[in-house]
Amino acid sequence: MKTRDLAYIALFAAVVAVLGVLPPITVAVVPVPITAQTLGVMLAGSVLGARRGGLALLLFLAVVAIGMPVLSGGRGGLSVFTGPAAGYLYSWPIGAFVVGLLTQLFWRRLNLGWAFLANVVGGILVIYAIGIPFTSLYADVPLWASFTGSFVFLPGDGVKALIAALVAVGVRRAYPVIELPARQPAHR
Amino acid sequence: MTLLALYSPRPGALHRTPAGWKLAALAGLSVLLFAVPELPVAATALAVVVLLALAGARLTARQVLAQVRPVWLWLAGLLAFHLVVTDLATGALAVLRLATLVLAAAVVTATSRVAELVAVIEWLLAPLRLVGVRPGRIGLAIAMTLRFIPLVAERAGRIREAQAARGATRPLFLLLVPLLVQVLQLAHTTAEALDARGADDEAPPRPFWRRS
Amino acid sequence: MARPWRRAADRPAQDDAVLPRTAVELVGVTHSYGDRTVLRDVSVVLAEHRVGVIGSNGSGKSTFARLLNGLVLPTAGRVLVDGLDTAEHLRAVRRRVGFVFQDPDAQIVHPTVAEDVAFGLHNQRVPAAEREQRVAEVLARYGLAGHADHPAHLLSGGQKQLLAIAGVLVMRPARVVFDEPTTLLDLANRRRVARVVEELEQDVLVVTHDLDLLAGFDRVLVVEDGRVVADGAPGETVGWYVARMS
Ligand SMILES: Nc1ncnc2c1ncn2[C@@H]1O[C@H](COP(=O)(O)OP(=O)(O)OP(=O)(O)O)[C@@H](O)[C@H]1O
Ligand SMILES: [Mg+2]
Repeated sequence: MKTRDLAYIALFAAVVAVLGVLPPITVAVVPVPITAQTLGVMLAGSVLGARRGGLALLLFLAVVAIGMPVLSGGRGGLSVFTGPAAGYLYSWPIGAFVVGLLTQLFWRRLNLGWAFLANVVGGILVIYAIGIPFTSLYADVPLWASFTGSFVFLPGDGVKALIAALVAVGVRRAYPVIELPARQPAHR
Repeated sequence: MTLLALYSPRPGALHRTPAGWKLAALAGLSVLLFAVPELPVAATALAVVVLLALAGARLTARQVLAQVRPVWLWLAGLLAFHLVVTDLATGALAVLRLATLVLAAAVVTATSRVAELVAVIEWLLAPLRLVGVRPGRIGLAIAMTLRFIPLVAERAGRIREAQAARGATRPLFLLLVPLLVQVLQLAHTTAEALDARGADDEAPPRPFWRRS
Repeated sequence: MARPWRRAADRPAQDDAVLPRTAVELVGVTHSYGDRTVLRDVSVVLAEHRVGVIGSNGSGKSTFARLLNGLVLPTAGRVLVDGLDTAEHLRAVRRRVGFVFQDPDAQIVHPTVAEDVAFGLHNQRVPAAEREQRVAEVLARYGLAGHADHPAHLLSGGQKQLLAIAGVLVMRPARVVFDEPTTLLDLANRRRVARVVEELEQDVLVVTHDLDLLAGFDRVLVVEDGRVVADGAPGETVGWYVARMS
């Protein structure tokens, strides 16, 4: 891997961490706060593509694991990996990978619609598909209970996917990282 | 913004235990708790972990409670749910198991230095040499991430000020495109600076399918 | 002992460490980014101790500088650093040529000052004891000794640039290339960096818009639209450039 790719990966791990500083919205009935960090998952995939996007989130999780308080609310360390909502955390690299995969697939005709689709599938469906069963197995509650519990997040996640799509289209025009191998972007 | 690790420097016996062993014990514990779903096992495990936290890691009772606070709503909800849908025993088991693992993981975090944990990660990734990965680069990547965090925050603040100075009261997310373009350029130059300082000096290991 | 799987570009020159410092030579160099040509058939031999490069924005100065340590490889022609072709001996060339950029933020990659300075030495496999000694030495030289364990992002702009310079010089390169090292600095820090450049025993090449920086230089090139349009002693070329711009 080129040093440049390593720098992009580290950059998006940092972006996810910074998004965690935005104050989370806690919905009374659910124990998982709504944060902007899944927006980072979507952005990593949308901007860096599948491989680098997925690696950026793996790196972010490594930074969490070594005890840096970079999850929203200043959480971090190994205990978040053994908590009941850890499945969502594990799903992030995969979610970013899928967003990136779809973005690359739609790259030539990427517009708001296609970008939104990529982010909904990778950034919402994939994350729910991993997080919900994990909680259900881990906390020994039936799937339906864990499933209904997640619905409060849906509107927020929809908004995030829309924002991610807008950003994906904007960054593609200004600084297309995914196209990089052929043409380097201008630097100063 | 400066990040401080959750490591808590104290002269505890667990602080002197190699991080690799603690991580292995943590993994073993999680397997045990799920493989043997018995109430006495989970209760004993919790007692042992609390004891280790207080005596081995020298955490105060306050600190121990603080570790469980983020999941405490979960624990209460879980217990209530099981009381209604199944029974007390199942609920108690699920709650004990969860609390034990969360606390045990927190103990490992509080007693292990960042550099040591990075070394464990590099060790775990060593087999990836076979597919051409340099595990040593994970340390560099983590360092870069920690360095980029304040940088991204600072650049975000600057762009916001610049937009505000021109009288723009635009929604926050419109800051994202200029911010990302700016920091991507920065990362590109950073990579060049790294290469100029020899970051690429070690050739990547040859993947096994290309070894003779 | 060349490892058999190394690519040609990585082949170490046999005795690159002891190669004498002779000259940097560009032979018919053209460089294009995609279909955009930014350097056209440039040929120069630079053997002077201190060389400056000036010219307007987008004229190709940074590209010129980047060619000298292989950050950019020529599309056509050859770049030789003390006889080493950058396209063939990339790693050896990078060890010989240090590079300081305009934006210090882009050059600092470790969370604390001392760690960042040590980075290049890690890459060169310098043993720990020597590493610490060299880091301490260079931090003291640039007035950063008291900041060794401080987070790098809390330094001032000028200190950050000095840190970036320290991180390059600790590796003891034979030559140092600076690309607009003073652009983001205030007057005091400009003078400080100018003094650092002046005191270096290494051969230096400085790209800059800060014409004062070039006062004691041995030679100055003016680049316009991808060509070297003036070349000579700083007195003449800087004067010519200023006259042309007004
Ligand atoms: N990586 C790149 N990809 C595409 N075009 C580039 C790239 N780098 C530079 N350019 C273009 O090449 C031209 C010369 O760039 P260069 O950076 O060498 O100029 P410069 O003389 O250093 O300018 P300045 O004084 O603004 O720093 C510019 O028009 C620039 O936009
Ligand atoms: Mg330039």
